[in-house]
This record gives sequence, C-alpha cells and structure tokens, in this order.
Amino acid sequence: MSLLEISNLSVVFGGLKALCDFDLTLEQGELVGLIGPNGAGKTTTFNIVTGVYRPTAGDVRLDGRSIVGFKPHQINHRGIARTFQNIRLFAGMSVLDNVLVGFNQSLRHGFAGTVFRTPRHQHEDQRNQDRAVELLSTLGLDDRAMEIAHNLPYGDQRRLEIARALATNPKVLLLDEPAAGMNPQEKIELSGLIEMIRQRFGVGIWLIEHDMKLVMSICQRLTVLDHGQVIAVGTPEQVRADPRVCEAYLGEPT
Amino acid sequence: MSVNALTFRRLPQLPVWVINLALTAILAGLWPLGRVLEHQLNPYFLQILILVGINIMLAVSLNLVNGITGQFSLGHAGFMAVGAYAAGVLLRHYQPQGWEIPLVMLGVLCLGGVLAALAGLVVGIPTLRLQGDYLAIATLGFGEIINVVIINTESVGSFYVGGSAGLHGIPIHANFFWTFGAALICIVCVWRLAYSNKGKAFAAIREDEIAAGAMGVNTTYYKVAAFAIGAFFAGVAGGVSATWFGNLDPESFRFMRSIEIVAMVVLGGSGSITGAILAAVVLTWLPEQLRAVQEWRLVIYALVLILMMIFRPAGLLGNRELWPIPGRRRPGPSPTADPDSRQRMMA
Ligand SMILES: Nc1ncnc2c1ncn2[C@@H]1O[C@H](COP(=O)(O)OP(=O)(O)O)[C@@H](O)[C@H]1O
Ligand SMILES: [Mg+2]
Repeated sequence: MSLLEISNLSVVFGGLKALCDFDLTLEQGELVGLIGPNGAGKTTTFNIVTGVYRPTAGDVRLDGRSIVGFKPHQINHRGIARTFQNIRLFAGMSVLDNVLVGFNQSLRHGFAGTVFRTPRHQHEDQRNQDRAVELLSTLGLDDRAMEIAHNLPYGDQRRLEIARALATNPKVLLLDEPAAGMNPQEKIELSGLIEMIRQRFGVGIWLIEHDMKLVMSICQRLTVLDHGQVIAVGTPEQVRADPRVCEAYLGEPT
Repeated sequence: MSVNALTFRRLPQLPVWVINLALTAILAGLWPLGRVLEHQLNPYFLQILILVGINIMLAVSLNLVNGITGQFSLGHAGFMAVGAYAAGVLLRHYQPQGWEIPLVMLGVLCLGGVLAALAGLVVGIPTLRLQGDYLAIATLGFGEIINVVIINTESVGSFYVGGSAGLHGIPIHANFFWTFGAALICIVCVWRLAYSNKGKAFAAIREDEIAAGAMGVNTTYYKVAAFAIGAFFAGVAGGVSATWFGNLDPESFRFMRSIEIVAMVVLGGSGSITGAILAAVVLTWLPEQLRAVQEWRLVIYALVLILMMIFRPAGLLGNRELWPIPGRRRPGPSPTADPDSRQRMMA
C-alpha cells in the first residue's frame, strides 16, 4: 500500500476533458514531479486531490483510504497540504499568523477554552507559537515573523506558503509551481529547500514545475500531462528521451 | 533564533488568573460605579451613556462577523430584535419583584442571546454559502422577515407581544451595571477569540477562504460560529435596550438600524475591536449633539462617512488596535495607503 494512490482519475468541465485516466503512486519521502505545457491539467489534478473539485471518475487513496468527496479541510486533516500556483497567503496577516492558521487543526480546545483562557488553551497557544517560530527559522523566515505577509518579497511569500502548509503536519505536500517568478539564484536555493523538507519532515512531495532543469535535477520520477492525458511516466532520463514529450512540451518555448 | 522572534515570545505578560481576577473585579466594580453615576449624572447624559454601551456591544459583535471574519451581514438589528422581544415579553409577563430581579435579568438576557444565536444558526447555515453581496441581501431579508413576524404577532400563548403597536410597559431594570457589564463581557469574548490561535481562523477566512480550507480550517463551522456568537451579543444588547427603554417598536429594528451598526464597524476600521468601540461612542454621541439641527442630522452623519471614505478609507484604526498586541506589528506602509486593501474595503 502506497502513501498516496491515484487511479483512473478523470474530470470533465462542461465538455472539456480536463483530466483523463490519471494514475500515480507516491511513497513516503519520495519526490515526484508533474510537468506539462500550460493548460495541461496539472493544477486541476491538485485541485481534485485536495477536494476543491470532485472527480468525474476514479479514486484517490491516502494510506489506503479513499478521500474522494471529502471537503478540503478534511483532506488536509488526513495529511495532504498544498501551495498555490498564484500565491494565496493570508495577505493582511502577519507571517507568524499565517503559520499559526496552519496549526489550527491541531487545537484540542473549543471556543470556551479560548474565551476563558484555560490552561489547555494557554499551553496549546504557547506551544504552537514556539513551533511556528521554529518552522519559520527552518525556512529562513524568522526575521520576518512580524511582517505583514503581502509586504514580503515574492520569493519569501512562496516560502511562507510552504511553511504554512508544513504547519498542518502533512504526510503529502503538493507544490504548485513553487519556483514561478524566481530568479536563477532563488531557484537553486529552492531546490535545496525542497530537498531539505523531504528529508527533515519525511513527507512525500509532489511537485508541479515549469523549470525543466529544476525538475530534472530533484525529482525521482515524473509524469507528463498534455491536454489532460498522461503522455509519459518515468525517471527524468526516460522522460527526456520520450519523443512525445519533446513534441508536446520540450519543443515548445517555455 | 532572531531577536525579533524572542521579543514577541516574551510578550504574554501577566498570568491569566491575574487578568481574569482583574476583569471580574472590574465587572463587580461596575455595580457601585453605576449607582454613583446614576445619582450624579443628569438623566439625559445617562441615557446617552447607556446607548453608547448598547451600541458598543452591537458594533463589537458585528465586527466579529463583518470585520474579522469578513462575512458582510446586514441583519444585525434582526438578531437584536429577537433578544429584545424575548427579554421584553418575558419581563413584562413575569414582572419580577425584589430579590428576583437580578436573577431574572440574568436569565432573560442570556435567553434573549441564546434565541438570537439560534436565529443566527438558522440564518447562517443556509446563507453562509453565499458570498459578498448575496450574503448581504439574504441577511437584510432576514431582518425584514423578523420585522414582519413581530408586526403580525399579537401574542404567543399567554405572552403578549404587541404586534404592530409595539410592546409597552416592560419593567425597567437595566442600568449602568447591566449595560456595561454585558458590553465588557462581549468585548473580552470577541477580543480573546480574535487574538488567539483558534481565532486566527476567522481572519484567515476573511483573507482567503480557499486557502483557509486547504490549511485545514473548517470554514463553514467558523463562519457559522462567528455568526452565532455575533448574534448572541446582538440579542443581549437587544434585551438590555428593551428593559432600559421599557418600550419596543418593531420599526426600530429594521435595516436602517443594521446600517447604523455597519457604519460603526466601518468607521472604526473593519477588524479593529477598539476601533469599533471608538466608532460606537462617536456615532452615538454625535447624532445626539446634532438633535438641535434635526433636519441636518442625517446629512452630517453621511458627511462623516463620506469624509472617512476619502481620507481614511480603512476606517479610523484600519485593522489595528489602539495599542500594539502580541503577534502583530504595525505594518510599515499603512494599509490606508495600499490600493489592495482599499479595494478589499470597497468589496
Ligand atoms: N473550474 C474550471 N472550470 C472549467 N474549466 C477549467 C476549470 N479549471 C480549469 N479549467 C480548464 O482546465 C484546463 C487545465 O487547467 P489547469 O489545470 O489550470 O492547467 P495547468 O496545467 O496549466 O495547471 C484548462 O483548459 C482550464 O481552462
Ligand atoms: Mg497550473
């Protein structure tokens, strides 16, 4: 049994087959990539797995249990966290508060506990604050903890999204184009960061990325999508050698 | 760990039991303070003071829904009506005497709050799927429905409700203590909810509902909770006003009243609790001062809001509080100067 098992996943929007018979397995500590030209259906795949859309057919299993039909927050509780292609931070809140929201689902006290500030509430709030600071320093953001999120430089915003997702204590982390808009130097740092997260947090990482150099260098396996169809699966070398991939994706200027 | 990280971690200062004890002492102290004020102040000023207290409760509780959670509700006066009529009808029916009064007061105010919160659940569960304008219209409709229901209800069983003529002859038991005691509890509750780890979920929903859901926040639960808690305190505020004035007019709970409360939240700065308090004081006191120029009252009232939209579009305090609080720092560029937040305000 794999950590994440996706089988025959399909979705249709109106008449458009946005995703067709998608399969994937992801093990703990693995880093696999999802690539394909714009509009191929990559983000849609993430949206189905995280419960934003309901699949037309197929199944998604986490630890052997189907999560199809669950609400996004329930799927997050089961252990899938994500980042967004177009950054979706809690823009008006502080960096620290963004991460604290990620700890929300770990709280074991109710509203009454919050209002009366019971010992459990105090303990949990303090513990989460400490964890949040630790997480931020792991990602090199602790100097910015008190800054308002939308005042952060772009690269830091992307890293904050990862920090916030890690705060929910996921087993699987989905990263939707985390390097988009970064300069080459930042991209190198990012690939180091992703590698560090994989080892340190023991999560399975599933990565959508346009930068072929980055994808090829860090992913163990790749799936290539085009027009909602899987056109190639394999190691970066196998995928690079696949003529259909060259035609659909690599031949195209990115 | 950076200096920054260390300084804010040390901020939680006094032990919680000291704060809780102090708050209880302040609550108890409101009773003698009220007795003194009721003897010293002239009745007109006392009246304004009580109105300020009621409006503080309304503005702070609506701030949890509109300002902090970002769900634009126009039905707050409707919830107030539920609490006001529950308390008014029961007090008028039972006419408590002597030592029963404080107990019955506590009972009817809480019951009024609970009924309003239940109304909040009934309205909230179906309508909170709606966004923005649709939610505003649905909640506005709820307020009007409450009005129609009251107008058409002469009595419920042996309880006289009064229908369109209004409910008169409610025994007057509210005073400074009940008003500001309830307001204090409301402020402390909303404050602690807003500035706790658990309560960050409310603001997260305002900032980005999809991201909040993806980060494990049960958005429906939190939205409904904000709605019910807000409605509870609106109901309590209604109960207090019923037994302060002794009369209830169903027309006084229509959408103009809701708009007034929304104006307080907006003027104070959506999301700011101290801002809502400040605005409740200003917008209660100001119209009273303008009674002399009755015809111009609404014009001046509107002018204040227009001037605010021009010069401080994010409200008096933006989303900040009067003093800095742990876990937040005043942002460098003010949110007022930022086109994004301006757009969010308008939306
Ligand atoms: N909610 C939706 N309704 C209709 N069509 C959609 C929806 N979401 C995505 N699509 C379409 O599905 C296709 C795949 O989009 P997407 O998954 O965002 O591509 P990408 O691979 O670039 O991330 C696109 O043609 C897009 O227009
Ligand atoms: Mg995409």
